[in-house]
Amino acid sequence: MIRYLLKRVASGIALLCLVSTITFMMVFGATGNVARNILGENATADQVTALNSRLGLDRPLMVQFGDWVSHAVRGDLGPSWTMSESVASALASRLPVTLSMVTIAVAMMALLSAMLGIAAAVRGGWADRAIQIVSVAGFAMPNFWLGLLLVLTFSVKLGLLPATGYVSFSASPSAWAASLVLPVTALVLSGIASASQQIRGAVIDALKQDYVRTLRARGVSPRSVLYRHALRNAMPAALTVLSVQFIALLGGAAVIERVFAIPGMGSLTVSAALIGDVPVLMGVVVTLIIVVVLVNILIDFLNAWANPKVRMS
Amino acid sequence: MSDINTAQPPMPAASQRRHFVRSVLTNPTGLVASLALLIVIASAIFAPLLAPNDPSAVQIFKVNAVAGDGYLLGGDGSGRDIWSRLVHGGRNTFLGALITVVIAASIGVTAGLFAGFYGRKLDLVARWISDGIMALPALIVLLAFYQALGASIYLSMAVFGVMLSPGFFRLTRNLVNGVKHELYIDAARVSGLSDLRIITRHILLSVRAPVVIQTSIVAGIAIVVQSGLEFLGLGDPSTPTWGGMLQDAFSNIYVSPQAILWPGLAITATVASLVLLANAIRDRMQQGGVQVRAPKVLPLAASEPLPPTTSDMLLDVRDLVVAYPANDGWREVVKGVSLSLKRGEVLGLVGESGSGKSQTAFAILGLLSPGGRVLSGSIRFDGIDLGKPSGDEVRALRGKRIAYVPQEPMANLDPAFRIGFQLVEPMMTVLGISRAEATRRALKLLARVKLPDPERVFRAYPHEISGGMAQRVLIAGAVACSPDLLIADEPTTALDVTVQAEVLDLLRDLQKEFNMAVMLVTHNFGVVADSCDRVAVMKDGRIVEINTVADLFAAPSHDYTRMLLDSVLEAGRTRTYRPPMTEGMRA
Amino acid sequence: MNDRILVDCRDVNVHFGAHHVLKHVNLTIRPGETVGLVGESGSGKTTLGRAILGIGPVSSGEIWFDGENIAGVPPRSRKGQAAIQAVFQDPYSSLNPSMTIEDILTEPIVARGLASRADASRQVRKLLDQVALPSDAAERFAREFSGGQRQRIAIARALALSPRLIVCDEPVSALDLSTQSRVMDLFIEIQERTGVAYLFVSHDLAAVRHISHRVAVMRFGEIVEFGECDQVTARPAHDYTKRLLLAAPVADPARQAERRAAFRALAMTA
Repeated sequence: MIRYLLKRVASGIALLCLVSTITFMMVFGATGNVARNILGENATADQVTALNSRLGLDRPLMVQFGDWVSHAVRGDLGPSWTMSESVASALASRLPVTLSMVTIAVAMMALLSAMLGIAAAVRGGWADRAIQIVSVAGFAMPNFWLGLLLVLTFSVKLGLLPATGYVSFSASPSAWAASLVLPVTALVLSGIASASQQIRGAVIDALKQDYVRTLRARGVSPRSVLYRHALRNAMPAALTVLSVQFIALLGGAAVIERVFAIPGMGSLTVSAALIGDVPVLMGVVVTLIIVVVLVNILIDFLNAWANPKVRMS
Repeated sequence: MSDINTAQPPMPAASQRRHFVRSVLTNPTGLVASLALLIVIASAIFAPLLAPNDPSAVQIFKVNAVAGDGYLLGGDGSGRDIWSRLVHGGRNTFLGALITVVIAASIGVTAGLFAGFYGRKLDLVARWISDGIMALPALIVLLAFYQALGASIYLSMAVFGVMLSPGFFRLTRNLVNGVKHELYIDAARVSGLSDLRIITRHILLSVRAPVVIQTSIVAGIAIVVQSGLEFLGLGDPSTPTWGGMLQDAFSNIYVSPQAILWPGLAITATVASLVLLANAIRDRMQQGGVQVRAPKVLPLAASEPLPPTTSDMLLDVRDLVVAYPANDGWREVVKGVSLSLKRGEVLGLVGESGSGKSQTAFAILGLLSPGGRVLSGSIRFDGIDLGKPSGDEVRALRGKRIAYVPQEPMANLDPAFRIGFQLVEPMMTVLGISRAEATRRALKLLARVKLPDPERVFRAYPHEISGGMAQRVLIAGAVACSPDLLIADEPTTALDVTVQAEVLDLLRDLQKEFNMAVMLVTHNFGVVADSCDRVAVMKDGRIVEINTVADLFAAPSHDYTRMLLDSVLEAGRTRTYRPPMTEGMRA
Repeated sequence: MNDRILVDCRDVNVHFGAHHVLKHVNLTIRPGETVGLVGESGSGKTTLGRAILGIGPVSSGEIWFDGENIAGVPPRSRKGQAAIQAVFQDPYSSLNPSMTIEDILTEPIVARGLASRADASRQVRKLLDQVALPSDAAERFAREFSGGQRQRIAIARALALSPRLIVCDEPVSALDLSTQSRVMDLFIEIQERTGVAYLFVSHDLAAVRHISHRVAVMRFGEIVEFGECDQVTARPAHDYTKRLLLAAPVADPARQAERRAAFRALAMTA
């Protein structure tokens, strides 16, 4: 069990190194006109050269990489090229915003898709139909478009909720909650589709197993057969879905944050990408991979709990 | 053998493939989705014909204009024709999706085929890479790479294709893993076929349909993500795209809110058609070619007054008919079976596969597979009518007075729970005893069924014990509440012959000890001769003969029984070896 | 002529990781002979069959066939390429569900360039006729046939390449009783007509006795007894063979009661 988890951690670290290297080569290897982007069209060639040398871009790529790595392992991701703060402090203020939004969305998605999935698996009929329609619609509507429609309806037309902006939890919990309702709804609706369908499939598979018939033959109550035995066996599949959804939501948040003007990782990435603030992009990629690796280890842990075969090996 | 007979009547098969496409199209969802896709794709191809205006032509006085006056859907924030941009935008969107799908499928399917087929190191490396790529939030990576990839959305879509290839890889690899141990692959190897030929001829065939489904879904994802990138401003502003239109509409949302509708609807309709088409193909595959719709009118079980029974009669089944929904009404798998069991009697129910013997047993237990119904007839257990549709009566008796021993021991234990819990839980429910008491009894039972180390088995998970031990555990569970009737469905078929002998001994001892009536479903006349008092022989859902064991073997009364008994390989003369005149096959 | 040996396994060992699944196995098969190989699950009988077929590993030892050591050599690299064929247990998974019977039967012939497609198609009719299936079976798919018919198709496929040995791995255990005996008779009839040899792998001593000339009994990867069919299946020398023989219930209540008592007595002494 412990060896299994250690293996997962080692594999996560290896992934982090590999992706950092590739991303670094890609983004730093293409910094040809970053100085020009930052300085604007009217800057002279001398100014551009000067900025390039100040940012260290005139050094060989490997030297730049070595420099970046030696700082990064100490938690120093360097200064932003376009903002007046360091990358680390920019990330520190943005990450909690995105994570709180995504975590709430995943939790709600887990709850709703489990309810829908189980209802559809057990009842069939209307629940099944409903899930299929919601699935197709949720999958087909881009979440930012859904967000736009929500803004149009609830903010512009009805004036019930704030259209854009973000209030931190410490400033006002109720305003914080109100500012998250629409973005979280948009995120959940787009992801719930595949999650609930997969949970439905996993529960149906579990209920088809021979041991379910035997448990019923022994007089075990239908409740226990469903909630204790079938759900426990459907758990690994459901957890995998949630892990995939979590990663998808981290990406999806980028667009949603733009629609709702939320100062999270996504909007930071978008503006850094458009102008070419390379240290910020590196910081974002590294941070998000660490988050994903941690979440996946958590899910492996839960999986090992649900599945004795994994625990043993 | 416990399953209902699924053999289909022979049908002319020349037009299998055409038949498949047609049946997807005759499904209403499949038809609508295909038509919608066709329209969207055609309008993208013929965009120059359909668009009345140049999509980039600006008319200042039509900025955010309402529909009409030459602009079918109004004008956008720069005064361009929304309708013209919509049909032209389709072209660019489809090209991007095409790039993504082709790259994702060719990388993923190729890698999946080889990793799945050869396994070992190749599989390990491929899986690690695939898991790694899947751990990346695709949109963030595409944003980070934006400076490197430049403003061309197609390059980004190509990278996105690489990022979606794990979906194809995992699908293909799992499918290949599923079929590579099929015996027809071994047979192809034995015939001397090369690996490459086996992969392209045999394996590719079986992954074809799921890959088509995945392609359809990936195309949908690609369209959504591409529009997302363009919405964020990462596209080429000079070409009209659906995402770019949404970006423009977003900046004018307070002035002209209706402009966000059209591009969004176009994306949604296209992606929805792709998904619905995928669903239609999947449904068609899962049905295996048969459109099963449950018949609307349910023939009700006849509620005639029950005939009287004698007091030592424990189980009395009369004219039992069991059916499953088929394409033209109900397909009967048990066609009027009558049998009875006295207390302490062992009845063998013999027949070949598809004879309905297991279905008869499941009907008595009230545990038919989903869709199965008792259409008519009566089942009475100790004077209680079990044939009522609600099933409440039999539910109250299951695990208490009626017990069940299944065929495949390993599949009949829940892999996620310890064996002890699986014995204790039903006892607590059915007998209403405490956990401690149930534990004590469970350990005693495990010792009773002659398991060598009851404490260890109690703590073990099912995958830690052998099939023979698992069957003893299941028998222990069945007799836990000293039932009056034990229904055993091929209890020794999955076991080795020496283990079978021991398990039959155990069942016989327990039967005497508890004075249980036993219904032993089997296809093996040796087992019947070993364990039964009376035998019922089934064929095609009917009982052709019920007899005592002695009489059945000595003087079978029905031709079918005689035929079956004649088929039993008897210890007659053995063959004498003669070296062949012409050695080897000279056909 | 009498002493000619078709297959000669000498000291064959197979390891799966730390498991020694075949231990110093020696076995011979003569031309036109059926050697029955009996054992319970995990005894290694299937592993031996796969080693001879060239689709399973061999850790050490030799398997001689027609002057060539074929141990560990995959089928396509063998000199007498098609000389050993197979019929497997599960008639459902041994035929590709998405191919027609004609495709299944012609594939080995065409792939080896032994005949043109048209010639191969003609051969298919003959093969189907040999296993008593109608010739219009060729255009159908495997799922349209019953278990017994599928096993006949599998036999036809094995015969397509005119083999000298067919490894039959539990070829009748998945079939119904009445079908079993008909398929067994077909095996015997084909052997008498063509002189092909069989390695008949089965857990069913009665089936093995019915078809074999000689019988080998396997347990835990070892051959515990190997001899003439009648001797091994009626008067076994080894205790394990006796146990195996008595454990299988016979379709005769009186005799079965005696056997059961004998089995219990044997279990006591063991």
